Amino acid sequence: MAADRKATARPWEEVGLTHEEYGRIEGLLGRPPNPVELGLFGLMWSEHCSYKTSKSSLKKLPTRGPRVVQGPGENAGVVDIGDGIAVAFKIESHNHPSFIEPYQGAATGVGGILRDIFAMGARPIAILDSLRFGELDEGKNRWLFGGVVGGIGGYGNCFGCPTVGGEVYFEPSYRGNPLVNAMCVGLVDRDQVFYGRAEGEGNPLILVGSKTGRDGIHGASLLASKEFDERAEERRPAVQVGDPFLEKLLLEACLELLNTGAVVGLTDLGAAGLTSAASEMASRGGHGLEIDLDKVPRRETGMTPYEVMLSESQERMLVVARAGREDDVRRVFAKWDLDAAVVGRVTAGGRLRVLEKGRVVADVPAAALAKDAPVYERPEAEPAYLDKTRAFDFAALPVPADLAGVLVRLLAAPDIADKSWVYQQYDHFILTNTVVRPGSDAAVLRLKGTRRGLALTTDGNGRYVYLDPRAGAAIAVAEAARNVVCSGAEPLAVTNCLNFGNPERPEIMWQFRRTVEGLAEACRALGTPVTGGNVSFYNETLGENIYPTPVIGLVGVLEDVERDQTTQWFKDEGDLVALLGPLGGVPAVGLGGSEYLKVVHGLVAGRPPALDLDLEARVHRACLRAIRAGLVKSAHDVSDGGLAVTLAEACFGGPGENAPVGAAIELPAAGPVAGGAAGDATSSPAARLDAILFGEDQSRIVVSLDPAGAARLRRIAAEEDAPLTVIGRVGGQALKIAVAGRPVIERPVAALKKLWKEAIPWLMK
Amino acid sequence: MRWAVVVFPGTNCELDCHHVVADVLGQPADFVWHKDTSLDGFDAVVLPGGFSYGDYLRTGAIARFSPIMGAVEEFAAAGRPVIGICNGFQILLEAGLLPGAMRRNDNLKFRCHDVHLRVENAATPFTNRCRPGQVLRIPIKHGEGNYHADRATLEELERNGRVVFRYVAPDGAVTPAANPNGSLNNIAGIINERGNVLGMMPHPEIAAERLLGMEDGRPIFESIVAYVEGTAGARWVPAAAARARSRETPGKGGAADGR
Repeated sequence: MAADRKATARPWEEVGLTHEEYGRIEGLLGRPPNPVELGLFGLMWSEHCSYKTSKSSLKKLPTRGPRVVQGPGENAGVVDIGDGIAVAFKIESHNHPSFIEPYQGAATGVGGILRDIFAMGARPIAILDSLRFGELDEGKNRWLFGGVVGGIGGYGNCFGCPTVGGEVYFEPSYRGNPLVNAMCVGLVDRDQVFYGRAEGEGNPLILVGSKTGRDGIHGASLLASKEFDERAEERRPAVQVGDPFLEKLLLEACLELLNTGAVVGLTDLGAAGLTSAASEMASRGGHGLEIDLDKVPRRETGMTPYEVMLSESQERMLVVARAGREDDVRRVFAKWDLDAAVVGRVTAGGRLRVLEKGRVVADVPAAALAKDAPVYERPEAEPAYLDKTRAFDFAALPVPADLAGVLVRLLAAPDIADKSWVYQQYDHFILTNTVVRPGSDAAVLRLKGTRRGLALTTDGNGRYVYLDPRAGAAIAVAEAARNVVCSGAEPLAVTNCLNFGNPERPEIMWQFRRTVEGLAEACRALGTPVTGGNVSFYNETLGENIYPTPVIGLVGVLEDVERDQTTQWFKDEGDLVALLGPLGGVPAVGLGGSEYLKVVHGLVAGRPPALDLDLEARVHRACLRAIRAGLVKSAHDVSDGGLAVTLAEACFGGPGENAPVGAAIELPAAGPVAGGAAGDATSSPAARLDAILFGEDQSRIVVSLDPAGAARLRRIAAEEDAPLTVIGRVGGQALKIAVAGRPVIERPVAALKKLWKEAIPWLMK
Repeated sequence: MRWAVVVFPGTNCELDCHHVVADVLGQPADFVWHKDTSLDGFDAVVLPGGFSYGDYLRTGAIARFSPIMGAVEEFAAAGRPVIGICNGFQILLEAGLLPGAMRRNDNLKFRCHDVHLRVENAATPFTNRCRPGQVLRIPIKHGEGNYHADRATLEELERNGRVVFRYVAPDGAVTPAANPNGSLNNIAGIINERGNVLGMMPHPEIAAERLLGMEDGRPIFESIVAYVEGTAGARWVPAAAARARSRETPGKGGAADGR
């Protein structure tokens, strides 16, 4: 460890900083830092903790709104959903640890995000996970996939928070660097939100939960803020080990403690451990902190001050209590058999002073650690590959003769195939709130004691963002919002996890900036402010960067969960099937970056589907109004695999009595392209069968309804200026699709469902 | 009547069990901390699911030593109703209040999905509101629900109507495909010899409300109310209880049970 060695000639390198950054530290302190202090700066000024590369771009995101109680900068964002209830939610990455040790890496990712939520005083009610791996034909990727899913389940199931949603995609670009993004949502009384602030001179600083060991040292600086090489596995000791049982006790103890009124502020110990928790609490509260390391309960002896400050031992929280209430804290934690040790106190001034055996081992301004990291405007350059992907000529692409065969291949593609192999390893029922389970567009939870519900989803398409970061990022927001709307909810707010390659490469920086612009634009247009999130850079192994992958976590509210909750599955024979939104059919508009292009033609090319945010918002309004009016029996957004896959999924049926059923669909030759006027049915000469069936044109929702409601639905669509076309009827045992009167697909639903259902279990055998 | 919902460290279905009893059925219910030693004043006891003590050893193996378990044993010995769900079932096995043991699911994975249960004995304190042979749809969520017992115990359970629930296909047929975890004889729930202690792996508490899409778990709680309040119809008199005096095979666990 750096602190234990004699000062080297280039001490900054040992903690992952640059010479310039070292000079800045000397300037802030007015002297060279000692080795412990340098270690603290190394952590807090790492990319992972300081956001030094992303900070200036992130300022472009809209973060305010009438419902926002807490935006970015705290442990989690908080939005007011009415009835005196607030929702705390956040998404975070645990990519690098999961690549090195998939089970524990993913498990501790879940553990960390749970603590962020209960640090706000909220009880976690849902977990969602957005995952990316290399293709499943490779053994290592199956091992990673299985391990990550096992770790998420292992932690969430034992802790007792349902995992209700998420997504999984498989692309070669993630084979050296999988993505594991975990989102957590919690509930808190609107006026009982707690913050991670150290205030009140003389108040005790109390470390609660697990004991501190040598695990996870350098997780933030060396794991999360560096790219991988072939020696990545040697960093396995930097991965923490999770104990969900202890975290469950910690949750109950913390919530019990918050009810006593003894707490001023609290925060969780995650990346950068005590260093981050203490400096951020002090800096947010405008106070200083004094920490006596001899008081920190440890699980091993002989730890240096440096190791205690840097440890990333899991399941720990830092509490600032009111002076004189220490015994209340001890009593609650003793009930749960947990440690609660007074390790310091809040001081005036703003310095973080660390003592060991009465000796000061570090003394630095807390704000210098938490806020004064340099901000970089790294150079950017448009990636060269874009010239080629943009110039792709769809006219040269043959239209397959066997379109039913294409549908079958898409349904069995792991990106689209049934994910029950994943979510059946997660307890998605606990807490008895799950109204709509995993498998539909968004999970829906009821909120006990109110009529309301929450709709939750995550979304992100790395291929789209690779082909056009700005458009792809906007699509991620639009699709997340659409999922929530299809479930009967009004989209409220967004948390995001931005997974990118090495930002020191100008092409990555270009991707990153355009992505943030796209997110900002879409969040503004759809009225969903960003309340927090996480940036994960250096997702690169041996020079190979991942697709730029922003993952959007979105929270929506159902006015009346009993009335409005809607699933994607067709319900009754004889119901009408209608498409809200444009019919599509033009290859250059809908096929770029599509699953069809990848699976059938082996291509990642073109531009992502065109997105008109104004049209998107009109479609959302029309769909939500129709749902609230009781007209809609099912609603499913059109995304991966296009209209044909969407229709097949709607036929497959859901849990319980929602049995599979067929549908007969008649599509016109082509409809208005995105942005076209509602009802404009002039055929485009550029329309093609493959683009009609498998194009991923945006702003589209397939709904089913009782024929008696058709006139009212038409009126609502017209009033909202949203295109609407009745395209068929629910019924029979087969999915039949005809285009311009010519049958193009006819397959028994049972056969399609079997292929879709068995694809992933078969690959994982 | 008053319900006790016992909470061990790591129990995580206590809120759900309390919710069903208190909010859905409107019955008085209290949480009882595992360090308590008395169940005085209670008429029914629920041992909820979860991961008591993290289940880092055998499931339920440590919880059986919690102070409250002495009171649970007395409560059971007095013939009063005790229901153990999932981890609660595992604890009852470890405590020897029910015979047999749990192994890991045969696919070695945690499994969370709906299963269909056939009511094999509708004359118990826990099923008197069900029809014999009725098929209930209730979810499971566990990693160790693979019920095992020696042949003599199994035969005794089967002969005396002590297998209360069996995993079946939606049409009620006992098939290997309907068995989610490898349990012998597709066993999902059993009662003790006297008939007042039930252990079941599926979770009736998450299947008790129309809004959640599943209501088949509610009759199990309603049956307990009917039993305690004396409004249950036929009471089950274990036919063989008078004859067979064979003691329960205590769930000794140990290495042979595997994990």
